Amino acid sequence: MNRVVITGMGIYSCLGKDLDEVRESLYTGRSGIVFDPARKEMGFRSALTAKLEVPDLKKELSRSQRVYMPEQAKYAYCATAQALKNAGIDQDYLDSHEVGVMYGNDSSAEPVVKAVDTMREKKDTTLVGSGAIFQSMNSTVTMNLACIFKLKGMNLTVSGACASGSHAIGLGALLIRNGLQEMVVCGGAQEVNPFSIGSFDGISAFSVREDNPAAASRPFDRDRDGLVPGGGAATVILESYESAVRRGAPILGEVLGYGFSSNGDHISVPNVDGPARSLRMAIKDAGIDLREIGYINAHATSTPVGDKNEAKAIYDVFGDYRVEVSSTKSQTGHEMWMAGASEIIYSMLMMKNGFIAPNLNFENPDEDSAKLNISGKRVDKHFDIFLSNSFGFGGTNSTLIVKNM
Amino acid sequence: MIEKANAVIAEEFEVEVADLTPDADIKATLELDSLSLVDLVALIEETFGVKLKGTDVSGVKTFGALYDFIWERINA
Repeated sequence: MNRVVITGMGIYSCLGKDLDEVRESLYTGRSGIVFDPARKEMGFRSALTAKLEVPDLKKELSRSQRVYMPEQAKYAYCATAQALKNAGIDQDYLDSHEVGVMYGNDSSAEPVVKAVDTMREKKDTTLVGSGAIFQSMNSTVTMNLACIFKLKGMNLTVSGACASGSHAIGLGALLIRNGLQEMVVCGGAQEVNPFSIGSFDGISAFSVREDNPAAASRPFDRDRDGLVPGGGAATVILESYESAVRRGAPILGEVLGYGFSSNGDHISVPNVDGPARSLRMAIKDAGIDLREIGYINAHATSTPVGDKNEAKAIYDVFGDYRVEVSSTKSQTGHEMWMAGASEIIYSMLMMKNGFIAPNLNFENPDEDSAKLNISGKRVDKHFDIFLSNSFGFGGTNSTLIVKNM
Repeated sequence: MIEKANAVIAEEFEVEVADLTPDADIKATLELDSLSLVDLVALIEETFGVKLKGTDVSGVKTFGALYDFIWERINA
């Protein structure tokens, strides 16, 4: 079995367009949430959203490369270019090795809506244009990244709801661990346009604390009233330890464990047993004592039942060991398909810089979060191992454990 | 008509209007492949309000021939 290490990271999120900006935002507890008046005009129950600018890639990519890219693929390109650079990988390396790509993405709504609008209005499929089909597929991110960076290994999108990005990293690690790949570009991407989450708004899942956007996402707080949608993209370069040493690459961390489970229960309401099994599996896979874990980056999205059941699951597994727990979604909102990957990077940045970002708006615990060690303020603390949870609709659960290197 | 065609083609395919001479090869100038040819067809349809098939344009080699083709369709 090969050891799996992280040799590069890149991110494009509402907290910043590179690692330095994001680290600073985490450290200072800056919220990336805003009120978007356009959503109100579209009939949204909640107009809250993370705010980030869609990158203009005209200087970096040709028209024929950009025409197939929806919003989230542009974010993924930025994150991946950063991560590859960070890992010391150039095009010559990619051309001469079988590097894989495994990325989480579970929708591409805007291109579908626009194409259907055109077909209905114009009654002419040609007017949809050449990019629509490639932009519309769930695999749009991996197909674009694989073609732009000329990747020659595994080429696969993971659609596992809000655990997509986490599963992508876990599965990428398994490929390397088993010797099937030496390097896999892993991550998660999430579109932020209103079309992508209108139906999510429709089931009253979002916070309506519109008068104070920065206070809306409040995971584990007693007065939470729903999540805030966010997005962007995050990429980690996973590599076998041997390959990283051979290349003289910067080794940032090691993926020690991957756990997963399915609730086998309700489509939207999470339970306690499924997540708890995912946590236990990851800890067993990592081969560590759970007291070695110095930080838990919770999935907690700020929904009443989700946070409650995750708090129960963490308490069920960790008991009286009151490890620091926080949810970076208090700053970013719920980055959905991206979240499992971005939260690995947020946690890595915290681990590398000796702090735990504040769980914003955690003012009053409820009976379950009171049993956990959560702080509404930044905690300056050194830790060498963290655990990151990601759970999704349909009861899909993923847990990753990463060690500092 | 030529001015209008050149303006929208230059914008969509990110080329200089000066490169769109009557004798210039369309595929080479616009770096068209079978997919982006669809975008040229859609652009002509949208700009001039005509209905085309992809195969209608695939045999048109130069911009001069393209202008003639569009003119014929507009007046058909």
